[in-house]
Amino acid sequence: MAEHNSHTSEFEKPGTLLQWLDKRLPLVETWNEHVGQYYAPKNFNFWYYFGSLALLVLVNQFVTGIWLTMSYKPSAAEAFNSIEYIMRDVEWGWLIRYMHSTGASAFFIVVYLHMFRGIMYGSYKQPRELVWIIGMLIFLVLMGEAFMGYLLPWGQMSYWGAQVIISLFGAIPVVGPDLATWIRGDYVISDATLNRFFALHVIALPLVLLILVFLHIVALHRVGSNNPDGVDIKKVKGPDGTPLDGIPFHPYYSVKDTVGAVAFAFLFAVIVFYFPEGGGFFLESPNFEPANPLKTPPHIAPVWYFTPFYAILRAIPDKFFGVVAMGAAIGVLFLLPWLDRCPVRSIRYRGTSFKLLLTMFTVSFLALGYLGTQPATPTLTKLAQLFTAGYFLFFILLPFTSKHEQCKPVPTRVTYHG
Amino acid sequence: MSETKTVEVNLKRRRMLVAATGVMGATAATFLATPFVASWQPSERARALGAPVDVDISKLAPGQLVTVNWRGKPVWVLHRTEEMLATLPKVEPHLRDPESNESVQPDYCKNRHRSIKPEIFVAVGVCTHLGCSPLFKPEPHDAELGSDWPGGFFCPCHGSRFDLAGRVFKSVPAPINLEIPPHHYRIDTLIRVGEDPKEGGQA
Repeated sequence: MAEHNSHTSEFEKPGTLLQWLDKRLPLVETWNEHVGQYYAPKNFNFWYYFGSLALLVLVNQFVTGIWLTMSYKPSAAEAFNSIEYIMRDVEWGWLIRYMHSTGASAFFIVVYLHMFRGIMYGSYKQPRELVWIIGMLIFLVLMGEAFMGYLLPWGQMSYWGAQVIISLFGAIPVVGPDLATWIRGDYVISDATLNRFFALHVIALPLVLLILVFLHIVALHRVGSNNPDGVDIKKVKGPDGTPLDGIPFHPYYSVKDTVGAVAFAFLFAVIVFYFPEGGGFFLESPNFEPANPLKTPPHIAPVWYFTPFYAILRAIPDKFFGVVAMGAAIGVLFLLPWLDRCPVRSIRYRGTSFKLLLTMFTVSFLALGYLGTQPATPTLTKLAQLFTAGYFLFFILLPFTSKHEQCKPVPTRVTYHG
Repeated sequence: MSETKTVEVNLKRRRMLVAATGVMGATAATFLATPFVASWQPSERARALGAPVDVDISKLAPGQLVTVNWRGKPVWVLHRTEEMLATLPKVEPHLRDPESNESVQPDYCKNRHRSIKPEIFVAVGVCTHLGCSPLFKPEPHDAELGSDWPGGFFCPCHGSRFDLAGRVFKSVPAPINLEIPPHHYRIDTLIRVGEDPKEGGQA
């Protein structure tokens, strides 16, 4: 009873609005844990901008996306015209639409750089395996989101791109063809497909994305951020119990990330205003023609961010194994924390073998990305096969080389050069 | 004043109840999921839109190809010339399924020319790889497709190649020959696509 009384009096005491709220919602505690007293390593470099930038692009996609749904019509008869309506007649519609379509490409640029940062500095290693896995799930959902969004304008590339990707499921033995029909909701890509992709694109997947991003950040804050030296800053603490090499996220990194956000916004605006189609890579020219189910465009290629995986699919001269290889190219990334057996995290202190493998992997990924945009001539297909081998060789060799890797000694404190 | 909490827990019974509730819950969830999963199947309206289409070929010149829409898919009708038909036996060593044993076609089209009449070729113009519509490349020795190209169909998406009877070449991604839809001749110059000869009453 006494406890009950003291509680009541606690809630009855006068105070500020913040105090009133804080007694009912853990505001101050949450702020301190994740922002005000979240100690991040003090040696973050350029590569550490891309996490917060991804969050910024996510907000951009949400806001512009909500505004686009106000004028878009998700039906095969009206979709193409409603996009033209947004571009020509809706006040500022062109800007909102270009911010959304450019935002999609920007999302993949920052996410790919963010992932590359993770691979370079070993951010996927213990204890951050789960952070990496949740991040990979975000990447997967993002690809689904981008793919479904690309169908919505109902242009030629929308239609035939979706035709190819949904047919991938048809390659699965036994259940494949029925599965593809189930996804389409028809025997061909049709109004039913468009309408359900709209529902998934604007409600289901954004919701999943938001939950995953929340988990990604909470999981990261549980174990603490990695840094370019791959040093565990929690091992060296000051008299106040905080890491000597750590600085509170706010104001230090909130201000740094704001500088990055302004620089990013500048580049983003240049593209939105002057190169909204990204030279045919962000918005492809066949997509300015309405979907025609009877005629495939002479050269079809996915949007640039899918081309590395698309090139792998094309490189394998077998329907089923092509799909398997493409799936494996993404799936194997999930296993990275266990394929890499070297205890040293950062590339700064790792051996030559890892540097060579990572170079091979990066070159292969970029080359596949280029090849995926080109027509499938015999010479280019041979090259795509070579780089597909390079891509997978990274994951095949890594468990062996990383076990016997000759690493440099890792410092106990972070450095500012390297 | 404080009191101690004393609760006697029968762990065995609790486990049994949790397991039983779990099984019941899972069963209910499966039933509940059924309408949501089944809702993605093609609707009654989509299933009803499978009507056959008629193609008039009286003006189809030799070497000419016409595309019609059947169930939302492109269907080709190609009038093959003597030279085109002559390529069919020659390419057979390079084909993956020359006898069409693995491929989809009505029994009356399971032959070398994969058609009812040798010169008139009817096929679903959808690549058996990932569903693009291949391009009609009738000219032999095409600059893009190489000097040994006999004429046929080329899929621009992933480079699959088919001969002039829709038979797939070796070492391309497409696994089987192009599909031949059920069809029959209502009269000599009118083809009905989507119906076998028996159903239409005429052979």
